[in-house]
Formats: sequence, structure tokens, C-alpha cells
Amino acid sequence: MTDAQLTGAQPDPVRGLVGFTAVLRHAGLPVTTERVTAFLTAVDALGVGREQVYRAGVHTLCADPDDLPRYERAFVDWFDADPRRPPTAPQRPRTPRLSSLLPSGKTDGTDRGDDDGPQVRASASGAEVLRHHDLGELSLTERAHLRALLALLRPDPPTRPSRRRAPARRGAADPRRTLRAALRTDGELCVLARRDRSRRPRKVVLLIDVSGSMESYADALLRFAHVVVRRAPASTEVFTLGTRLTRVTRELRLRDPEHALAAAGRSIPDWSGGTRLGEVLAAFVDRWGRRGAARRAVVVIFSDGWERGDTTLLGAQLAQLRRLAHRLVWVNPHVGKAGYAPVQGGIVAALPHLDDLLAGHSLATLEDLLEVMARA
Amino acid sequence: MLGHVDDRTGSPAALAAALASTGYLADDDLATAAFLALKMHRPLFCEGEPGTGKTALAQALATVLDAELIRLQCYEGIDASQALYDWDFPRQLLHLRALEATGGAGSTDDVEASLYDRRFLLARPILRALQSPRAVLLVDEVDRADDEFEAFLLEVLTEHAVSIPELGEVRAEVPPVVVLTSNRTREVHDALKRRCLYLWLDHPDVAREIEILHARIPGLPERLAAEVAAAAHRLREADLLKPPGVAESLDWARALQLVGARHLDIDSAAATLGAVLKYREDADRVRARLDTLLAS
Repeated sequence: MTDAQLTGAQPDPVRGLVGFTAVLRHAGLPVTTERVTAFLTAVDALGVGREQVYRAGVHTLCADPDDLPRYERAFVDWFDADPRRPPTAPQRPRTPRLSSLLPSGKTDGTDRGDDDGPQVRASASGAEVLRHHDLGELSLTERAHLRALLALLRPDPPTRPSRRRAPARRGAADPRRTLRAALRTDGELCVLARRDRSRRPRKVVLLIDVSGSMESYADALLRFAHVVVRRAPASTEVFTLGTRLTRVTRELRLRDPEHALAAAGRSIPDWSGGTRLGEVLAAFVDRWGRRGAARRAVVVIFSDGWERGDTTLLGAQLAQLRRLAHRLVWVNPHVGKAGYAPVQGGIVAALPHLDDLLAGHSLATLEDLLEVMARA
Repeated sequence: MLGHVDDRTGSPAALAAALASTGYLADDDLATAAFLALKMHRPLFCEGEPGTGKTALAQALATVLDAELIRLQCYEGIDASQALYDWDFPRQLLHLRALEATGGAGSTDDVEASLYDRRFLLARPILRALQSPRAVLLVDEVDRADDEFEAFLLEVLTEHAVSIPELGEVRAEVPPVVVLTSNRTREVHDALKRRCLYLWLDHPDVAREIEILHARIPGLPERLAAEVAAAAHRLREADLLKPPGVAESLDWARALQLVGARHLDIDSAAATLGAVLKYREDADRVRARLDTLLAS
């Protein structure tokens, strides 16, 4: 068959299938060239019926149960759509804006010529003030500055002893290295090499309340979460709590904070809605926590603890989390404010199960939190 | 070379029938995935709730292919010396001493060559699978291992070979069929996943579960099978801490059979509840509402 025939009346099936994989990639599936090749091989093995193509794709292009509904939607869109209708353009992530390290709000001094000194000092003290400023009451320029300060954080992930052994000065004998050393001395055992447990990053789970009452903090907290995820991507999980549980770890692994935040924002369906803290925490414990995400992890909940109605479910879930986790930390932006008393229903139910109740309303308090996490 | 594909595995439907003859009932989706794994020589990565038959699939495949099932249970800290190969150090040391005593020790190179000989090599599951003429390698609960271990697996799964620095490469003449299972306690690295075919296993519907109960437990009364399947199905929708899988309903049916129950009533259910519910909170909740659970 010649090229002309291929592109003639009969559309090339390979082109259609590859086009479908491109749509999947835009839908967020981890489609790589290798996977596309596997997909085409699988279609070749099964045949080109609608059902066969569907199955071939499920097994070669999906990698996670979360991918399955997205795959289903894209499949229906691509193969059942009217071919004459032009496809809708896929959404491109916003191009990142450059953010300045200097706060741009200080324009009162106008231009003071070439003298750089005062400007830099003003900036440093501005940063110091901003560190203690309430995250919920920032102006636009302060927000931009805060983003830059957040990006400068270098949190140390908490560690735990690993089951894996590494060469060490003390510990159990290491036969492999001992024998190697003995070979160098013609079989005479002169040194006994040893190995001991190494340390690994401990799992960290951040649960961020994005309901209406936490709206002013949610953006800053997600940015904070992005910093923590970027520092230890394999051992950190981030979920948002609202009327439902949303996992945003994958989105926050993107390197660029603007892309990551935009992606996370798109995936959160209940942004600044209500809260059902108890039920959503139950969903987390059931679907992730007990399976392993929370086991021996440092679990941090960012919430103001406003829970309508009965709080027994919330208390029961926190008791369970406490049994699973290594350390359970609650961060409440209102704790740091004058006159705060832990009297909200949610907090009262939670208090007996917490290791720490911390403030989280400013950059300085978030740095304290990182300190607590690193020591955990 | 067609590898493992013969008339019993020539199409998804034929494979499903072959699996069914071993007592493993596969739906179209599962049969297609297993068929593709055999045909494309790719590992099959199975994820799903505990007790949905991930491990049993590997066992059934081994029976169908008349292959040796080699199982590697993963755990944290598992490393090459437990999964791939290890050297028999005590014997190597003895060998060294023997060489010394007989004065047979030549140059250092000769000593080293005789020390790292194949007879001192201990083959662990993966190496055994590569050396076996017909094997199904089950890498069970790969999510329990750590990322260093996934790196070992990558070479094995793509090249069907293990490189041993002292000996050279060991390559499989017939690539083993590989089944990986995960309970999703951790997200497995994408580099590993994209070399595999992905299969998500869900709980079966009531009708299929009844078939599974009959296939797995010969002599199970019709009525008991139907009642256990229906009750298990209801338990899965009851928002429990740990909903029962098929493995649990099989245990339950066996337990009921052992206590001599002809059908599932409140007494026999209460007596055997420990076979199906593994949390005290769940057992308390269900025990209080046994009558609604059993009402059909």
C-alpha cells in the first residue's frame, strides 16, 4: 500500500490511535513514546475493534486507578465524537510570571540615585516584617514577595532508621566486604568490615483544609506544600480537605510553582466550599492512611477545626490516625492570634489525639512547623 | 519465537477458558491483560483491593503454562543479595583456607577466579526464574519494597538478564512470565510501571462471586454460596474499615462449611464472623445489625 492510499479515502488508523494518545497526555495520563508503542503493539495483537482498542489502551496507557475515569472520558470523546467538528484546543498551563525578590510596594522614597545600600536594607527588614505577617491579610505585592520567600525555604525532611544496611564503623559483620578485603591479603582476615542501618526520609502527609473559612490561607499553604513536596517528592503526599478528599501530590510535583499551583487548582473541585472534616478524614484514613500512606508518617493537618454538628466521627478518625502515624500535628492559623482558645467543636474533639497544636498563620510559624517536622 | 503462546493461550477467550479450568475465573478485561502480557513479553502489573485475586492470578497462570511458580515476597530493605543472587561466603572462606593448606594457591588472579565460581553462587528467586526453562515469576507486594529495589527490577524486567560483576551477565533463554502485585500502600515509580501492562482488579459482582465460591470450594451447597456472596457484597457497601475481599468470602464459606452450617443464619454468621471481618470496630457494627445483613 502506498502513502497516497494510506492518506487517501481510508484514514490511517495509526495516526488516529497516536492522536488519541496525545489527547490522553493532555488529560494528565503518563503517556510516553514507549507506552504508545506498547499500545500499538497491543492493538495489533487484539485487533482494531472498538472494544479491543479500549482494552489495549487500558492496560498499556493507564498506570493508576485515578487514570481509569479520565481514560474512559477521553476514549468516548475521541472515538465517538463527530470527526467533522474541530477538536477543542487543549488547555495550556499559564506561562509563569517572574517574581521579584524585592517588595515593590516601597515607592514612597522615589528614586534615590545610585545608592543601593538603603534599598537592600529596606528589603531585608521588609522580609523580616513579612515573616511575621498574617498570611490571610497580605496585599498583592506582599503575596508576590511571600512566594519568593517560600521558594527559598530548604526544609530538611524527617528521617527514620532504614531496614537497609550500609557500610559503617560499627554494627553487624559485612561478609561481602570482609571477603573482598581478605582477598587483597591473600585470604588472611585482617579487618572485619561492618555494616549498619542507614537512615531514610520519613513519610510526610500534608492535609490542607481548602474550605471557605480557610480560603485566605489556602493559597499560601499549598505553596508551602509545594516546597515540601519538591524537597522530598517520593516521601511526601498532599491532600486537600473540603467537602471531599482530593490528592494533589502529582500536581505539586511539577517543578514550577505557578504551573504546580494552577494544576492543583484545576484538580480541586471543592475550593472554598463547605467542610465535612470528619467524613473527609475518614475517606483519607480508609483509602490511603491505613494502606500505608500514614503508617509511621508525620501527618500534618492544616485546618481551623470548624466542624458543623457532631464531632465524634472526627475524634474517632484522629484516634485512628494517631495509632497509624508516627507524629500527628495540627496546624491552626488562629492559634497564633491573641485571645485564641481551643473551643471550636473540631479542635476540642481533636486535642486529646494530637502530638502538637501549632500556629500556622505566618511564614515564621511555618518555619517553626518545619523545625517540628524535621525533629519528628 | 512464540514464547508461551500456544493453542491454550492463543486468544483472550482461550486463555480465560484455560484459567477457568484451574479454578480461576477471569473476566474479559483480566483475560485480555494476561493474554497481552504473554504475547508482548511484558510484565503484568496488578493493582487492586486486598483479596481480589492478584496473587492467585500468578498461580493460575503457572498452572496453565505448566511452569514453575517462583515467588518473591517484597519487604522493606530487600536487596540484591535476597532477590537476585548472593555469594556463599562461608564456603568461599573454606575454599580459600583449603587452597592455602594444600599449597595450591597460585597467583592472586587465579585465586579470585576460583573463588567467584558458579558453584559458590546462591541463586535467589529472580536469578532462579531467569535460569528456569519455564517459570512464572511473582513479585508480590512490590509496594512494600523501597525505590532502590525497583532499580534492580528494571534491568531484570526489560533485559531479562542479571549482571553479576564477578561472573558476567546471566541472560534468560526463555524470558519468564512476570506478575507484579501492589496494594497501593505506596506509589510505585513510573519508570517501573511503564515497562509493564497495567491491570486494575476490582471486587467481582455477586453472580461471579458465587461461581468463584463453587470453583474454589468443591461440595459447597448452592444456597450457602449464594448467601455468602450476597452478604459479602452487602458488607462491601457497608462502609467498613476493611471491606472483605474474595479471599475473605472464601474463608467465610469454608468456615461455615466446617461448622456444619447448611445456610447462613444469624447464629452461624455470628459464630464465623471472625473469618470475614478483621477489625473489632467492624465486627461490633455488623454484629449489632446482623439481621439486616442477612435479610434478602
